[in-house]
Amino acid sequence: MAAMQTDRVIESLAAQLQPVRRLRSPLLRALLWLAVVGLVGGVLIAREVGLGIFMQRMAMPRVAVENLATALTAVTAIIAAFELSVPGHSPRWAVLPVLPFLSWVLASGLGCLRNGLSLHGADGFAGDSPHCFAFIAGASVPLAAGLFWMLRRARPIAPLPVAVLGTLGVAASAAFMLQFFHPFDVTLIDLTLHLSAVALVMLIGTAWRRPLLAAH
Amino acid sequence: MRAAQSGDRAAYERLLREISPLIRALVRRHCSNRADIEEMVQDTLLTVHRVRHTYDPSRPFCPWLAAIAWRRSIDALRRRIRVSKHETREDGAYETFSDAAANSDLEGVRSAEEVQDLLQLLPPRQREALQALKLKEMTLAEASLASGQSVAALKVNTHRALKALRALIEGRKR
Repeated sequence: MAAMQTDRVIESLAAQLQPVRRLRSPLLRALLWLAVVGLVGGVLIAREVGLGIFMQRMAMPRVAVENLATALTAVTAIIAAFELSVPGHSPRWAVLPVLPFLSWVLASGLGCLRNGLSLHGADGFAGDSPHCFAFIAGASVPLAAGLFWMLRRARPIAPLPVAVLGTLGVAASAAFMLQFFHPFDVTLIDLTLHLSAVALVMLIGTAWRRPLLAAH
Repeated sequence: MRAAQSGDRAAYERLLREISPLIRALVRRHCSNRADIEEMVQDTLLTVHRVRHTYDPSRPFCPWLAAIAWRRSIDALRRRIRVSKHETREDGAYETFSDAAANSDLEGVRSAEEVQDLLQLLPPRQREALQALKLKEMTLAEASLASGQSVAALKVNTHRALKALRALIEGRKR
């Protein structure tokens, strides 16, 4: 009886078959998203602040490592999210952003240690950190919208890792862009708020993964 | 699959028939109940249909298929564990009988408008499942394709929708 139903399902699926446009390679689509974000972000940054602050801070080796690790977290997490959105790709893609992410947190943590674990920013308690939080959370919204729009084309069969990695990539991209507007070194409260913003973006994106990744 | 992606129905039907025993063998690793196995096979076939555009002919077909079968089996098992914690399975709940009197769940409702009002009170996925299976009289496969819900999810949501409707009707009678 059940096997007969399976036969009927097969007949029904074959009867309504339509040609489909094959999905491009996940790596290509990830690079496309990164290129668009890099281009748009680059134009906006060039118009608003230029490279002055960023290049000045990149002269410090620890900050350079921190920024490089942030950018690598974004790139690897986005690539992993696109790879895992397609069935049959190795689940090991999920560990790709782990090392850059740990390097990012460690390099930032070293900055906090250097600043004596002070809770105070340059401008009193918390300083400009709430602005950093707002920047990461706010910039993540359009970035996530574009990313989920592209990811849902694959109709991921396991949306959880795709959403976790995708939102990590989005939040890391926003955190990297923040470095162009961030003239002061990281403090403990600063780092806490940066990571809280990343966690918030990941939490919201992951909680809404089903509607966000549902098929068109 | 390459031919199926181009719209070749005969090749597609042949492929689905050939992969069914393979899917059955894969899901049997997770489940021993025959009815559940067939449900997982059907869910896997529906998912294969839904994501057929993601198959890359330059890569081997079996890992792609196995990943879908594995994921659908895990989803079905998780759903079964979740449901069994809170609900008793009632296979007849999603059947529509040809004899109108047999469908007595809604006998207390007097008009179509009243049914529509009650349906609006249900969660969207339950309403969607009930409308597809009961009102539009779709098969589970058709309803699954139309709604994007798996066969098992449709059954669970229909069951829950009927239970909720019964409670709503009882509430109105009082």
